[in-house]
Amino acid sequence: MTKLLSVRLVAILVGLGFAFVALFAFVIGAYNAATEEAAGHVPYEKPMDIAFSFDGPFGKWDKAQLQRGLKVYDEVCSACHSLKFVAFRNLEDLGYDEGQVKAYAASKQVPGIDPNTGEATTRPGLPTDYFPSPYPNAVAAAAANNNAIPPDLSLITKARGDGTNYVASLLMGYQAPSEELLAEHPEAAPGPGLHHNPYFPNLNLAMAAPLTTDGQVTYDDGTEATIEQMSKDVAAFLTWTAEPTLVKRKQTGWPVLIFLLFATILAYMSKQQIWAAVKPKKN
Amino acid sequence: MSFPWAREYQPSNGFTRFLDEKLPLPRLVYNAVGAGYPVPRNLSYFWNFGVLAGFFLVLQIVTGVVLAMHYAANAQVAFATTEHIMRNVNWGWMMRYAHANGASFFFIVVYMHIFRGLFYSSYKAPREMIWLLGVVIFLLMMATAFMGYVLPWGQMSFWGAKVITGLFGAIPLVGEPIQIWLLGGFAPDNAALNRFFSLHFLLPFVIAGVVILHIWALHIPGSSNPTGVEVKSESDTVPFHPYYTAKDGFGLGVVLLAYFAMVFFLPNALGHPDNYIEANPLSTPAHIVPEWYFWPFYAILRAFTVDFILPAKLWGVIAMFASILLWFFLPWLDKSPVRSGHYRPLFRKFFWFGLIPTMIVLFICGGAPAEEPYVMLSQIATAYYFLHFLVILPIISSVEKPEPLPYSITEAVLGSDKKAVLGENTTPAV
Repeated sequence: MTKLLSVRLVAILVGLGFAFVALFAFVIGAYNAATEEAAGHVPYEKPMDIAFSFDGPFGKWDKAQLQRGLKVYDEVCSACHSLKFVAFRNLEDLGYDEGQVKAYAASKQVPGIDPNTGEATTRPGLPTDYFPSPYPNAVAAAAANNNAIPPDLSLITKARGDGTNYVASLLMGYQAPSEELLAEHPEAAPGPGLHHNPYFPNLNLAMAAPLTTDGQVTYDDGTEATIEQMSKDVAAFLTWTAEPTLVKRKQTGWPVLIFLLFATILAYMSKQQIWAAVKPKKN
Repeated sequence: MSFPWAREYQPSNGFTRFLDEKLPLPRLVYNAVGAGYPVPRNLSYFWNFGVLAGFFLVLQIVTGVVLAMHYAANAQVAFATTEHIMRNVNWGWMMRYAHANGASFFFIVVYMHIFRGLFYSSYKAPREMIWLLGVVIFLLMMATAFMGYVLPWGQMSFWGAKVITGLFGAIPLVGEPIQIWLLGGFAPDNAALNRFFSLHFLLPFVIAGVVILHIWALHIPGSSNPTGVEVKSESDTVPFHPYYTAKDGFGLGVVLLAYFAMVFFLPNALGHPDNYIEANPLSTPAHIVPEWYFWPFYAILRAFTVDFILPAKLWGVIAMFASILLWFFLPWLDKSPVRSGHYRPLFRKFFWFGLIPTMIVLFICGGAPAEEPYVMLSQIATAYYFLHFLVILPIISSVEKPEPLPYSITEAVLGSDKKAVLGENTTPAV
């Protein structure tokens, strides 16, 4: 008994000790908060809420949009950004047939080995090849871009919060910082080699506006290539590259949930029936 | 063990008679989760979560073994093989989402299970050993989940591994050598990734072993119940099968609906976007946060911001480990003879208005960036957390006047306990 009492006594002392240190830290923190001016964050914009065909539980790809997005990536983004997890063969998901995929792959040069000399060379791509990187290695990528390595875009929409909207908003968001912002936060002015964009968490990024004029890309389906249209199309394309199975995932989910709902209702009914015998009678 | 009225297994044919004689496995199952295990008849849905936790352990092992067939634990290719699973392996995306969200649901059901144990004081005699083994399972789960999160080798994997192993670096004198020894290097790299994979594969089977001990220990006193009154007679119990197999089946259906809704429609909602960026030792993420199920403990770790005799970081590490290890002592801290919170007015007030809000605050602060007001909130909540378990619980258990308990479970259910109210009627009409 005395032994157990001492367990509780030790516990009370230990508990008071931890609580004291935590509250001591609280008091110091409160004192600091009261006496020091808090460094305010420069606010950045949350991404715009843009409607896409693949949103929601019934979402589907808009293949024409994905094809337009591929064209924007191909003609604009691919100058600096790789897409290393996507193979040419995957493009059949976008509605291209085998011949078109073959032709597209062959139009790209991928790293290869000369079969006669064994030296590194390039060869036309095959459908099984992955999108080639614009730079031979990270050092070259950094050297060509003021030390800021352009990120691989395969997963970019999953690697940013609200990624699809973020990519589209960022591409549309390039603008000079407003007077009010600079008056309040002088540090928000873009430094040398940086470009202002309110959707970028640091407000200034190394990438210059990639989509600068309407009609920069000529769409094959006749859609007018406004900056807004191109931004949305490439964001949709990059959503597909980040998760090619997105639509299949949602379409698989419905039968699973419907089956489970049915099974759960049956499970509930059998539970009710089994328990009926021992449940107290309702008055 | 069993109650004297527990049904005995009767092999029904030549084969089961043969088996019962040579290896009585069907008898074991019959007595563990079959008709041979009498269970209090008044269990609420809070008693579903043990079975659910077992289900998610099996699910994690099955999906994990499949994923391991396609994954390579090498820092050069780990991120790429994870994407290979997502893109090229047939149904690999489903396996990986099922495994990642399975970890979250495993923790959800285990937290409900622990919550049940705390409110109904399931840890009290004669069930101390069940509780102690449960805390061991929880600690093993935390280690397993942490190492599993490192395997995709994304940014949060890498920096999480760095921060958590860095905790050991706070130990005076030997901290740094221990950290280097744990990682197999100065920073997380191939050596760390490989051993984390090895341990991540091993520990679930250790968990399964401790789960067997946990269930074994449970079958000695039998299950607790919402009144906290021990089983007195046959009319207090029903056989586990079919009563609780049916009830658990329904509970499993409800939880699986929520689980598959997450897997198929919001598979990344509980993850962090940064983990889709490949690990980069040269680029620190803006906010390093662990997975959501560690947030309350991460908040306690970060609440200690001031050096006081010991360095602040060491206080944080000690407090974080102490916040879980103190659960080992609960059976001896809470000496109230009444188990159920329903009959403990003072305990109930502190539980609902003290502990639960504290856990919510710690959860929110753990996921938030280390800035005000979150730091100050987490400090108050941390203080209350320790006071609740180590000071308030021992004191209220001696000063509180519990409400009157029902005579028996039967009385609690039926309003009166005239023996044999159930009689032969415990088997449902088919």
